[in-house]
Amino acid sequence: MSLILLIEQVLNGLQFGIMLFLMAAGLTLIFGVMGLINLAHGSLYMIGAFCAAAVAGLTGSFVLALIAALAGAAIAGALVELVVIRRLYDKDHLDQVLATFALILIFSEGTRWIFGSFPLFLDVPDYLSGPITLPGGIEYPLYRLTLIIVGLLVALGLYLLISKTRLGVQIRAGENDREMIAALGIDIAKLYTIVFALGAALAGLAGALVGAIQSVQVGMGEPVLILAFVVIVIGGIGSIKGALIGAILVGLTDTLGGIFLPEVMKLFFDPSTATSIGSSVASMAIYILMAAILILRPSGLFGARA
Amino acid sequence: MTEAVLETRGIYKSFGALRASQDISLDLLEGEIHAIIGPNGAGKSTLIGQICGTLKPDAGSVQLLGRDVTHDPARLRARAGLGRTFQISSLAMEDTVLQNAVLGALGASGNPWRFFSDALSDKDLRNTAQEALLRVGLEDHATSRTAELSHGQRRQLEVAVALTQKPKVLVMDEPMAGMGSEGSKRLTGFLDGLRREAPILLVEHDMDAVFALADRISVLVYGEVIATGTVDEIRADKAVREAYLGEDA
Amino acid sequence: MIRETYVNALAVAVLLAVPAWAVIADEPFTITLMTRAAIFAVAAIGLNIALGIGGLVSFGHAVFFGLGGYAMGILAHHAQTYTALAEWPILIEGTKSMPVIWLLAVVLSALAALVIGILSLRTSGVYFIMITLAFGQMFFFFAISWAEYGGEDGLSIYVRNGFPGLNTLVPIHFYGLCLTVLFLVLVFAWRLVNSPFGLALNAARQAPIRVETVGLDPVRIKLVAFVISGAITGLAGAMFADLNRFVSPTMFSWQTSGEIMIFIILGGVGRLFGPVVGALVFVALEHWLGGLSDYWHIYLGLLLLLTVLFGRGGLIGMVSGRRAVHD
Repeated sequence: MSLILLIEQVLNGLQFGIMLFLMAAGLTLIFGVMGLINLAHGSLYMIGAFCAAAVAGLTGSFVLALIAALAGAAIAGALVELVVIRRLYDKDHLDQVLATFALILIFSEGTRWIFGSFPLFLDVPDYLSGPITLPGGIEYPLYRLTLIIVGLLVALGLYLLISKTRLGVQIRAGENDREMIAALGIDIAKLYTIVFALGAALAGLAGALVGAIQSVQVGMGEPVLILAFVVIVIGGIGSIKGALIGAILVGLTDTLGGIFLPEVMKLFFDPSTATSIGSSVASMAIYILMAAILILRPSGLFGARA
Repeated sequence: MTEAVLETRGIYKSFGALRASQDISLDLLEGEIHAIIGPNGAGKSTLIGQICGTLKPDAGSVQLLGRDVTHDPARLRARAGLGRTFQISSLAMEDTVLQNAVLGALGASGNPWRFFSDALSDKDLRNTAQEALLRVGLEDHATSRTAELSHGQRRQLEVAVALTQKPKVLVMDEPMAGMGSEGSKRLTGFLDGLRREAPILLVEHDMDAVFALADRISVLVYGEVIATGTVDEIRADKAVREAYLGEDA
Repeated sequence: MIRETYVNALAVAVLLAVPAWAVIADEPFTITLMTRAAIFAVAAIGLNIALGIGGLVSFGHAVFFGLGGYAMGILAHHAQTYTALAEWPILIEGTKSMPVIWLLAVVLSALAALVIGILSLRTSGVYFIMITLAFGQMFFFFAISWAEYGGEDGLSIYVRNGFPGLNTLVPIHFYGLCLTVLFLVLVFAWRLVNSPFGLALNAARQAPIRVETVGLDPVRIKLVAFVISGAITGLAGAMFADLNRFVSPTMFSWQTSGEIMIFIILGGVGRLFGPVVGALVFVALEHWLGGLSDYWHIYLGLLLLLTVLFGRGGLIGMVSGRRAVHD
């Protein structure tokens, strides 16, 4: 196994992890501030991807497509929050799970109804396609590198938003003490809508960015959603920092596990058995990681509440 | 002097910078009611949590019936004979009064692993439960949903559930809170007789009840016991008057 | 308002009368639909013990449903290919006998529920939901990558397994068997709710600190409930595989976990007949709405959303107006 391959896979894992972070950050923010478990977050990811694919198809502009993804998901998020989600804040987790599960059914079938069952394609723009040579002579797809950079910039932006702005103060107040927000004279309903729309926009952005390297289709959001859940469980629900670290951990485990576990198994079994056992174990690796972390820390790496 | 049935030895507990218990040493003797009083935030609930096993002290030990139970979880202390009532009623609100009492009897029986028999028609469980309800005067409410009970009645049920366990020691966290004066008076009379059956560590704000019942009183202020003594001694204690009673006067 | 007992009686009447009509009218497909509903009801009764009584919001019951299914698939696959399941340390052969397969499904699911329960019950609330969901995904991906047993495509069994004294190929025979299992499971669940264990479990949901204070271990009580719950859902999984003569990783999917939950919610959480009513309604909707529109999940979603937002207590609650033992 060469060093170059290793670095390439680490970058792939990082890229995957960073995209998971965009999903997980919204989920964990929404849970932290509103105490809501939102299964429909994957639908917002899908909506972002479809908006991007539709706008890219019409205009040919990738930048416009991304803006459409952000705006489309944010608007969808705000609407859903106003119509349904705000009725769920004072309900128990079971109701939240079921209602947002119902939203998945509605969004998925609605999208299928509008766009049909065939996947759409969102192309990587020319100026971002092709490989780039990294220091050390490693060739790596420019687009994937861009994803890593964009994701890290978003993470930085979130950090600044939460630590430096007025909205950030309100969000932190919401996480720590609901009564305090009311005491500070903050319009809670408005704050919740904004936070939900922000989380939705992040999910939509992730959907559009990933949509360019995978196909854009109904049901694309849920596998990512579940991985994002794993991420925030590992990182500790409510913690953005935990989401970032958890996301990278999950991204690396999944990517590297898929490559290296079959190789490791070859030390013990004949090649074909090794490949099948290795890939089986690799597909479960992140869940095993999650179980292990929970045994050690039941409220996640950076979780405050049990 | 009789031996202590319940004792804390030098308990410390902090939550971050807040020192909730500082070197608390208390004991409860056979046949007595030992009241703990103190202003809000003095650390009474924290102390009870540590005695009953829902909180772990940072240092020090808890002795129950001559045994060190510092590291035992709450349920083992309960099985050893420690009964507890809560400040904020913690009952199965959707269940009936009888069901709550039967649950107590079931806990005392130690065997919840019966899947086919009917819990409410089990003679032993039912008798124990009804007897306890009768003692606190809730026998007519056996089939009421707990959520429908008045505040005071929930307090009575808390006591009844504790009684079903045939406790050797009772820890009661503000049993009079929210009760009318009539109810307080009745409960005071009841606890007065109960002390011979099981000595009581009583946390209470109702000073009439405390002065009527307590054999000894300990005063807790900012996590520290500033005085322990008989009712007269505590009434006369200057530090107590300043720190606590003075506020009320 | 109609009393809950009447709603329950109506559900039983539907379970008995519709298939009887279908036999007379020679509508075998209706019998298959009813069998499907009966099996879903068994799965949901299983989940209802953990969720409705114990308050354990498991989003991973597909694990047990799938394990039951694969227990059937793997054993029958070896029987139909005349290969041994294992030759060492002891020879284990496949089987086409339903009782043996079902028993194994129950044992296997119970074991899985024990392990998953021990790990998941270290947490609570949202964490519990997400962890059970993640365990479901773990089994899902494992099934997909397990090429020996069909991987993504699953396993087909050509002839339905046999049950002593019945011809399971005749729809009404198989339905009668499934209905009997459903009634037995219902009686079991009814006894359980009223038993000392049920009382403790009920209290463990409402006030775990109280259970602890009377000297019982609420976590252990919930764990046992989770194991019983998983075992029943596992049994349903084996029956479902028998009905379809097919198993695939879909049985392990998170959508399956969600659907089992939907059965309970539609009928009424924590109510004895909630899962039965929910499963009947679900299968009816699936059939009628699915026939009307390819996008029937939109309507299912809307119905579910309305039930959650406005109809706490499910359909039984809306009709009978009586509170559940707990809601």
